[in-house]
Amino acid sequence: MSDDNKNNWPLWEIFIQSKRGLEHKHVGSLHAADAQMAIENARDVYTRRQEGNSIWVVPAGAISSSQPDDSAMLFDPADDKTYRHPTFYQMPEGAKYI
Amino acid sequence: MTDVTNLEERFQAKIDAEQKIEPKDWMPEKYRKTLIRQISQHAHSEIVGMLPEGNWITRAPSLRRKAILLAKVQDEAGHGLYLYSACETLGTTREQTIADLNSGKAKYSSIFNYPTLTWADIGAVGWLVDGAAIMNQVMLCRTSYGPYARAMVRICKEESFHQRQGYEVMSVLAKGTPEQKEMAQDALNRWWWPSLMMFGPSDANSPNSADSMKWKIKRQSNDELRQIFIDRTVQQAEIIGLTIPDPDLKWNEATKHYDWGTIDWTEFNNVVAGNGPCNKERLAARNKAHDDGAWVREAALAHAAKKAKRKAA
Repeated sequence: MSDDNKNNWPLWEIFIQSKRGLEHKHVGSLHAADAQMAIENARDVYTRRQEGNSIWVVPAGAISSSQPDDSAMLFDPADDKTYRHPTFYQMPEGAKYI
Repeated sequence: MTDVTNLEERFQAKIDAEQKIEPKDWMPEKYRKTLIRQISQHAHSEIVGMLPEGNWITRAPSLRRKAILLAKVQDEAGHGLYLYSACETLGTTREQTIADLNSGKAKYSSIFNYPTLTWADIGAVGWLVDGAAIMNQVMLCRTSYGPYARAMVRICKEESFHQRQGYEVMSVLAKGTPEQKEMAQDALNRWWWPSLMMFGPSDANSPNSADSMKWKIKRQSNDELRQIFIDRTVQQAEIIGLTIPDPDLKWNEATKHYDWGTIDWTEFNNVVAGNGPCNKERLAARNKAHDDGAWVREAALAHAAKKAKRKAA
């Protein structure tokens, strides 16, 4: 939902990596004139208490997402496939390291 | 996916099952409107709330206190921004939300229409105003709208230092010279009742409460939260030797709560209606900041456009 008409700074979605080795996680959004300013603002808005190691900024309009109405079609097929989990299988008594 | 009743039933079923509502989900128009009103009011309160405290940044009594106050006011700006972006997920634009504040159409917490007359007021604001706000905010961490709940979790993590630094200011003043103690008591006297008003009208007179409870936007009533705040704060005042300005305040052994006096709702309604001590000053300050910043917003856009063009060339 961006309001980037000509007088407003566009909306950016902000992703922060809190520590090396961890994923970048969505934390919220903010307005900025360009990517550089979005990174600078994200530093001030979302990392005042050492929450950040790295910042990604993405124009909100560039994100496509699935629709709630499609969630059954997309995700229900996984419900009855318990054989995709290791706990589905019965191991012979006494077998070790498996 | 047929008629509205069906959609509304499915919506309520999600809420009853403690599932969060996310921006793309179907929601009743009144749920959306209630949230837009509440979240934007909340955001405006954070932003306007910077004004009474900013008033003391240059006059903080020590470098330590100044650094703390600066950090706190910066947090309030951040909290306003988290909430404005949560509000935008409901289909509003930032521009319109800010315009509604500046025109006086949108409300913010009435407490910020009171002046901060002495340094002790900074203590009282942190201890009582942030303390009262936290009661509400902790509850809102479990609110049914996902983006609002996520913003509140961040805010609550940061807010607890606000209350503690305020209580520390009060406790230091209360242990100081007789004049300092008197200053702390005076601040408590002036901020106590407006802080209790922050919880909003009594449940019986709170027009939006029933829907908000059904939709789990809120989970505790105004009166419930106000009582918990009183029970906690009375003990904190005792510890630092200050007196709550309420002659009717008395521990009730049967209810295990404090009984207390009556809120002057005429004053509350008057301040909400725009007649508090600082309503005009606060709105004028916000409008000036917005207008004075117009050239910066334009220049930044022009600069970004120029840079993008150069990169494309």
